[in-house]
Amino acid sequence: MKTSANASVKNAAKLSQLDLFGAGGMEASKKSAPQKPAKAGEAPRQRAASARTAGGSRTRGARKEPLPGKRTARKIVASHSEPDLLDTAAEPTPPIAAGVVSPAPASTAGKVARRESAESMGARQREISVSEFFTKNRHLLGFDNPAKSLLTATKEAVDNSLDACEEAGILPALEIVIEELEEERFRLTVTDNGPGIVKNQIPKIFGKLLYGSKFHALKQSRGQQGIGISAAGMYSQLTTGKPVQIISRTGKGKPAHHYEIAIDTAKNAPQTVKEGIVEWDRDHGTRVSMDLSGVYKKGRRSLDDYVGQTALANPHAEIFYRSPKGEEFRYERIVNELPKEPLSIRPHPYGVELGILMRMMKESRGRSVAGALQSDFSRVSAKVAMEICEAAGLGPGTKTKPGRLTPAEVERLFKAIPKVRIMSPPTNCLSPIGAEMIEGGMKKSIAADFYASSTRAPAVYRGNPFQIEVGLAHGGQLPADELIDLWRFANRVPLQYQQSACAITRSVITTDWKKYGLQQSRGALPAGPMVLFVHIASVWVPFTSESKEAVATYPEIVKEIRLGLQECGRRLGMFLSRRRRLAEEEKKKSYIEQYIPHIGIALREILGFSAREEAKVVSRLKDTLERSRTI
Amino acid sequence: MAQTTVRKIRDRAEDVHRKILKGQKPSMKFPLRSLSNVKYDPKAGYFEMRGRKKVRTLTVSTVKTFAQTLRMMALSKELVEQDDIATKREAYYVSKNWDAARFLEQPESDAVMDDVEALFEINREQLGFVPEEKGGEIAGRLIILDRDSETKKTLRIDCTKFGSGAYSIPISVEHLQFETDAKFILAIETAGMFQRLVKHGYWKQAGCVLVSMGGVPTRACRRFVRRLADFKKIPVYVFVDGDPYGISNIYRTLKVGSGNAAHLNEFFCVPQATFLGITPQDIVDYKLPTHPLKDVDIKRARDAIKNDPFFQHHRPWQKAMNHLLDMGVRAEQQALAKHGLNYVIERYLPEKLAHTERFLP
Repeated sequence: MKTSANASVKNAAKLSQLDLFGAGGMEASKKSAPQKPAKAGEAPRQRAASARTAGGSRTRGARKEPLPGKRTARKIVASHSEPDLLDTAAEPTPPIAAGVVSPAPASTAGKVARRESAESMGARQREISVSEFFTKNRHLLGFDNPAKSLLTATKEAVDNSLDACEEAGILPALEIVIEELEEERFRLTVTDNGPGIVKNQIPKIFGKLLYGSKFHALKQSRGQQGIGISAAGMYSQLTTGKPVQIISRTGKGKPAHHYEIAIDTAKNAPQTVKEGIVEWDRDHGTRVSMDLSGVYKKGRRSLDDYVGQTALANPHAEIFYRSPKGEEFRYERIVNELPKEPLSIRPHPYGVELGILMRMMKESRGRSVAGALQSDFSRVSAKVAMEICEAAGLGPGTKTKPGRLTPAEVERLFKAIPKVRIMSPPTNCLSPIGAEMIEGGMKKSIAADFYASSTRAPAVYRGNPFQIEVGLAHGGQLPADELIDLWRFANRVPLQYQQSACAITRSVITTDWKKYGLQQSRGALPAGPMVLFVHIASVWVPFTSESKEAVATYPEIVKEIRLGLQECGRRLGMFLSRRRRLAEEEKKKSYIEQYIPHIGIALREILGFSAREEAKVVSRLKDTLERSRTI
Repeated sequence: MAQTTVRKIRDRAEDVHRKILKGQKPSMKFPLRSLSNVKYDPKAGYFEMRGRKKVRTLTVSTVKTFAQTLRMMALSKELVEQDDIATKREAYYVSKNWDAARFLEQPESDAVMDDVEALFEINREQLGFVPEEKGGEIAGRLIILDRDSETKKTLRIDCTKFGSGAYSIPISVEHLQFETDAKFILAIETAGMFQRLVKHGYWKQAGCVLVSMGGVPTRACRRFVRRLADFKKIPVYVFVDGDPYGISNIYRTLKVGSGNAAHLNEFFCVPQATFLGITPQDIVDYKLPTHPLKDVDIKRARDAIKNDPFFQHHRPWQKAMNHLLDMGVRAEQQALAKHGLNYVIERYLPEKLAHTERFLP
């Protein structure tokens, strides 16, 4: 039962609508048609055929049986890599598909002993909470190994702090302190000077998954779904059993609240272990502290690197960091000005998914379909809304209420969108770091000979505006005979893992660096003393997974990154060729010094003239060559 | 002779000296040493230079080679004046005393030496440089008249009396005289095949002189065969491996000379040579065991058909080379041993020599 259930999970995409009975149904079909042993994928179709021929009844879809709730779990497992995972998981189980087929015909049913009845199975079927699911699948959130877990937890806390400060218009000052409590056990404490959190919200923010302000807004921010910090807390609880500690104060004269929060994974609800008011030396801000098991390492992809790169991508932030080994790093603020505030935009029709469109129509406050399109999407004018409705065969769309649309009508609407020309979404909602800032930061943290940077004009993928920035440092102390160091950033957050799966890496690999004087093997990063900085800012960065480690390869994104890389690459190429030319000149000069005396010696040996004549020949010849060299 | 060489060297050096004092960049003209600068006239019978020259002007980037060329000329003048000689290897070591102008590897010094040789259009022996290489070996119906280096008395060297050994061709052969009743000269690529023919006294039954070339024939070997063949007006038959190297490097160089030292080909060639085997057709006729052509073989053969004036001139050779390429195989002289060790003596050579008119040109 278990193995065949797993097999059907693999084929879930194909089977989810048909194979609702797992092994039981399959076995029955095998018995009924023994001459043709059925493969897993064929079973349902065969069963459908036999059902029709044996019974002669045309009952397809008529006999709706209660859907086993187990389906929900299967669906979640099967859709590991789908970006809209949470969305699907959060939504109620979809209605039964129309094509459900009855199990084996009655003639054979008597011979096969049923192992379970629908009722006995039903008794074990229950809802799975999202937090419970993630407890078992923590790798999806970036907690798959101890070194990475420590980094991910830090990253989530830092992301939250920076987002909060910027949203409130406060220049961020962060303190990241990691203490080693015992072997492979650490205490992570992140303190910010942000606006603080109101008392009632504290438990929910830190103790409930999928609770946050950012998921429903299309706006450039570090966090997206409201999973991060609570998932970190959950990981902490899972590995140490300790609750998360929070202190937060919203302003001078207000009390500093202290909370100890555990997460009830079954209910996806916070459990307040302890709460109270404490003395705190800060006017406003939040401190989150948690114990967790992990591993601290040095080198590439280390925590130290992460903090350094975060400081680089956030020149307006002041960051103090104490590593588990007690080393202290202080990253000064480079610019005393907050970055331009990113604006929240409505989604663009080109980027919407069918499921989301259905929900938007259902929840819209618009009076008509056309009105809803106009008010809930960006760049949809009355004219465009009408064109969409007409292309969908809904008339001008001014009469129908959006909530009344049938699923089939929404689908027609969905299919009509690409047929209509719609202006690109506004791009002024993005807040890039700035080429000067990137270059300045790199100059401060990397000892190199050459720096370049560029900020591309905003572009659009699938209705989402995005902007690419590239920075480059070459030469100096950087290791010359290794592959280059690629630093990837998304919305100012350094991406440390899954480098090879990332659109940024792909773009670097598919750029021809030999043109710019670097070495590069086929299908690899270029080699040479270089650090490459690539930043993508977007209202919705298309990550390949919830752990937000790699950017999905949309052609528009790859194209923009490559253009940015080429811009910096060209400047590097010019620098390198000029340097090579100078070296060549230098070499030529030394050639003259080295070899001309030998011409003098040889001529003297052959012609037998005096040493004075020899000196004359040498100096005359040097003059001639020096002169010609500069022309 | 020695004075001409010294004068040529002085003339060239004076020209350079004069230009330097005038504030001009001195230059030297070298004949281009490559196949592209030779032409083949079957009446002359050897590769002649087309006269294309490369001019090496003293600039920043040529200053090193220029200095080395001049120093090599100075070394040559010294050798000639003192009636001494230096091997290529020795010349290379002499350069180690030239500080920055020294050669790092011998091929560098060899190239400069070849340049100097071509520059003056004389034989490198006349410049005091002698090759290291062995000249080749002789056995058969031939008496060589040489001189004793001390007594200056004539020495009669009878090449029939070396038993299982052979006579070594000296580096310089111009002074040798010959006495022979041989009907032809058989030039052989490998020492192994030569050994077999000597051991079984093949030269007695065939009435010939056997020459072991040991790969591409040296200048001395080419000159020796040429003088002997001219002297007695006897034909030269060449017996090499049936592969592009045997054909285009060994046979072609023996017959018409090389592209590298084209100014000397007039003396160092054997226009009367013809090709006995192993021909591509022999591979078929004698069902010889083969090996596949290597990439270098294929390249060599294509290059010969496309760029070598000798092969371009002779249609039969183009057909033969294409035949070889089509088969994609090569056969060594020793492959005849498949039919028995002495098959080459008893059947192959007699059969081939019965129809010398069929030999490839």
